Amino acid sequence: MSELLLFKDIDEPGLNTLSVYEARGGYSSLRKALEMTPEQVLQQLEASGLRGRGGAGFQMGKKVSFLPQGSMSKYLVCNADESEPGTFKDRELMQKCPHMLIEGIAIAAYAAGADRSFVYIRGEYVLQADVLDAALAEARQAGYIGDRVLDTEHSLSLVIHRGAGAYICGEETGLLDSLEGKRGNPRLKPPFPANQGLYKGPTLINNVETLSTVPTIIAMGGEQYAKLGTETSTGTKLVSVSGHVQRPGNYEIELGIPSREIIYGLAGGPPEGHEIKCWFPGGSSSPVLLPDDLDVPYDFDSMAKAGSMLGSGAVIVVDDFTPIVDLALKVAKFYRHESCGKCTPCREGTNWTVKMLERIDSGEATPMDLDIMASVQDHIIGNCLCVLGDAMAMPIGSMIAKFRGEFEQHIEQARAREEAALVGAASGGGAH
Amino acid sequence: MSAVPRLPGGTRASGWDEPADLNKDPALIPDPATTEVPAELRKTIEEAMARYPERHSAAIPALHAAQELHGWCSPEAIEQVACVMRVTPAYLDSVASFYDMLEKQPVGRHSIYVCTNISCSLRGADALLAAVQEQAGEDPDFNVRAFECLGACDIAPMASVDGVYVGPLKDEDVPQLLDDARAGRPVLPEKQLATRLVADPNANSKEFPRHAPEEGKP
Repeated sequence: MSELLLFKDIDEPGLNTLSVYEARGGYSSLRKALEMTPEQVLQQLEASGLRGRGGAGFQMGKKVSFLPQGSMSKYLVCNADESEPGTFKDRELMQKCPHMLIEGIAIAAYAAGADRSFVYIRGEYVLQADVLDAALAEARQAGYIGDRVLDTEHSLSLVIHRGAGAYICGEETGLLDSLEGKRGNPRLKPPFPANQGLYKGPTLINNVETLSTVPTIIAMGGEQYAKLGTETSTGTKLVSVSGHVQRPGNYEIELGIPSREIIYGLAGGPPEGHEIKCWFPGGSSSPVLLPDDLDVPYDFDSMAKAGSMLGSGAVIVVDDFTPIVDLALKVAKFYRHESCGKCTPCREGTNWTVKMLERIDSGEATPMDLDIMASVQDHIIGNCLCVLGDAMAMPIGSMIAKFRGEFEQHIEQARAREEAALVGAASGGGAH
Repeated sequence: MSAVPRLPGGTRASGWDEPADLNKDPALIPDPATTEVPAELRKTIEEAMARYPERHSAAIPALHAAQELHGWCSPEAIEQVACVMRVTPAYLDSVASFYDMLEKQPVGRHSIYVCTNISCSLRGADALLAAVQEQAGEDPDFNVRAFECLGACDIAPMASVDGVYVGPLKDEDVPQLLDDARAGRPVLPEKQLATRLVADPNANSKEFPRHAPEEGKP
């Protein structure tokens, strides 16, 4: 990685304050953008090819262009609910360089014609929300946010909204309901948020990392940015590496580098004496990949071709000491807990998957259960309002497919253990 | 009436495990004349409502504020928020029961969330949780609970103590963690996330430039 864009001097003391950020050239992109027309800013975003960094990987410029024209109130919502297991990149950005996000929001709102913006930050991120609040106060004082931004015709309000702990609020329509003060249940789509989102108005929703990249794109030019990365996955990406690696943490990479480079090169690979059993390339919702897949380039399309997804860029490494059944149970229990309960396939499917995995551990399962479990996953995928159920079904399905032998062995061993215990209890009881 | 056991393990479908009292009248929007609301709380809620185009958006901030005052979202707390927000208590109950950080039962005033999601459990979070639970014991001051991914897998296994992230935690750290929390001191200062540098060697291993824009750069 030759050049850092988002992480450049990220640990510089005081970078979270306006004075240091401005001294480093901060907010010059906003000034530059305000001298352009909103259409020209949008053109830059489209030319950059920037794809959403939250999970779906949808082109950001295109998303902005979906907002209807006209003088109605439009909203911009920054999704800072970062709760995908394994993901912690937005936390680092908000805590250490909050003004980059605020500048990105201001530019994107200008391009989209939005005059009200919100940051929905998960309630657990207390420190980061405090940092953002302080940065927002400074930005307001300096005229970057508020009525007539930098004495132009453009006005923008910004509210930092703290959530209260719910994974589903990272789903964009669940987030909107939560921001409206309701339970965070996802909505039926269409209508898509671009047409009918927050308070039924046109709404642009983007992830923290996506919006934080916007000032860089305006500074260097969309076409220049598009030269980084691969043709369809442009630019740099923050990856959060965790699990069984020696140096867990956030790294900025150019999209398209071999995954091995991330796991072994940057994060140091698993501890000595351990091998990789499987790894999640994009958070716990992504189907697991095997050590054989380590040479797959880390970009959106290569990951999709390999049968998984880049998701939020959270690489979770699992070593060969971990039983796959334990891992599957952990994943399934999480989605059971977080299912909002609105759609039956997800509410019941996550619950039954947990129960069936627990049966394996208690020695009551038969190999046929694996087929039933796999079919439960098939019945969830594509049948709910949002993809929370799919997010369990895909990794669990991939684990059953790729580690079937180990599942069967686990079933047999647990059965043998339970039988031996029963026989032992029976003969022990007979002696008295 | 006996409880209906449905979906164990913390589903969000509220009310499944509590029977409804059919003899009770539905609670209406509380009457301001008869509902006493602490002035400070009223001010916080009114300020929150003013921030949004629609007052309902203030539900979570308002419940947070009430919880801070009362220790949990008690019927009294919900009544007060409902009175200021001009909504029914049932509406706020539906919100409070959805979110993990809003407590529907009385809890200890120091919250310790131990992350037990994948990345943390791969690094020993389940044993850590057991250690914290055992050593906190029955102390009514503590609200120890397993939490889903807190977004700090780089310091796994970790915990959020009254909102402060600490990690990576070893079993030996637990006594000091509890002592610090009990005494209201900063918890395990050297293990707090706030001081941690980015793992990226390219980003943090060099001298920082002086605070002046380089020439020729925008």
